[in-house]
Amino acid sequence: MTRRYDGRGRWSVIRPGPTDSEAGRPLSPHPEGISVPAGTLYRGREGMWSWVAHRVTGVTIFFFLFVHVLDTALVRVSPEAYDTVIASYKTPLVSLMEYGLVAAVLFHALNGLRLIAVDFWGNGPRYQRQMLWTVMGIWLVLMAGAAYPVLHHAAEILFGE
Amino acid sequence: MSVESSVDLTASSAAYGPDNPAPVIEPPRARTKRTPRNRRTNFEMHAWLFMRLSGIVLVVLVIGHLLIQLVLDGGVSRIGFAFVAGRWASPFWQVWDLLMLWLAMIHGTNGMRTVINDYAERDNTRFWLKMLLYTASVFTILLGTLVIFTFDPNIR
Ligand code: HEM
Repeated sequence: MTRRYDGRGRWSVIRPGPTDSEAGRPLSPHPEGISVPAGTLYRGREGMWSWVAHRVTGVTIFFFLFVHVLDTALVRVSPEAYDTVIASYKTPLVSLMEYGLVAAVLFHALNGLRLIAVDFWGNGPRYQRQMLWTVMGIWLVLMAGAAYPVLHHAAEILFGE
Repeated sequence: MSVESSVDLTASSAAYGPDNPAPVIEPPRARTKRTPRNRRTNFEMHAWLFMRLSGIVLVVLVIGHLLIQLVLDGGVSRIGFAFVAGRWASPFWQVWDLLMLWLAMIHGTNGMRTVINDYAERDNTRFWLKMLLYTASVFTILLGTLVIFTFDPNIR
């Protein structure tokens, strides 16, 4: 499906017309397909999904950071208060959330560098898709590398030594 | 070839003239009485640039932070008051954490401002959401800064 812009603020979606065999009749009189008004839900390609992911991870990190400054501020209350809260971070559930946070930060950081390259590097826009796959590749490698350090403590609690 | 002849007048635009003026199209954001006279500030451009520059610095600060806190010898399992005291004994890590706090908070706040502007359609909602955002951000930055500067390893 392709989209067409009329230059006046209206998008339409070009759907291929039915073919001879599908329609059971001769080919559509509109060989280029028919044009219908687009719905409100734009399902784009990789570029749009990476934008959604960048936004979701950015907002997630922001809320985490707010909580994280609050918990660290407990060092001004008492060592015990701080250590009690940190102890709850060493449980399997929170370790898993930590792994999710690492996933969000790594994606946002790597994709952020890609966005910067798209904006400042002359060939950036041309290679944006290749760069996204590079980002995903590096992300996978780093996530595999982070799995043991972040999760092995939780795995020991859950499954024994 | 003259300019005029290269301009393709469509039937509808050809019909307009001094005697039959084309309809006026309201600009989407018309100026009102409250619009400041001089709107030529570059705030949005500077914000845009800041997102990118702070992003580059944050890659180093945040990834380094995650490596130290979550990955290197033991990860979270060794973090506690004593660990914090050991790190903030060094001005290097104090400056690191301070810079990371300020850059991440300003970057994140500006990002959240964009998100609010995108989704909150009513003027009032948008205004109050942003006020809430700025209040929370100023509070967080001040609290974090205070904690780094007034940390006392011998609190007990
Ligand atoms: C680790 C390094 C980071 C890099 C390289 C980075 C890079 C970027 C870039 C380039 C943008 C796009 C700005 C635009 O489209 O104009 C952005 C947006 C954003 N960032 Fe970051 N960032 C990083 C860390 C963070 C952190 C720590 C937070 C949270 C405190 C954060 C929260 C956000 C938010 C909320 C947005 C707005 C998303 C949107 O408008 O869709 N980022 N980041």
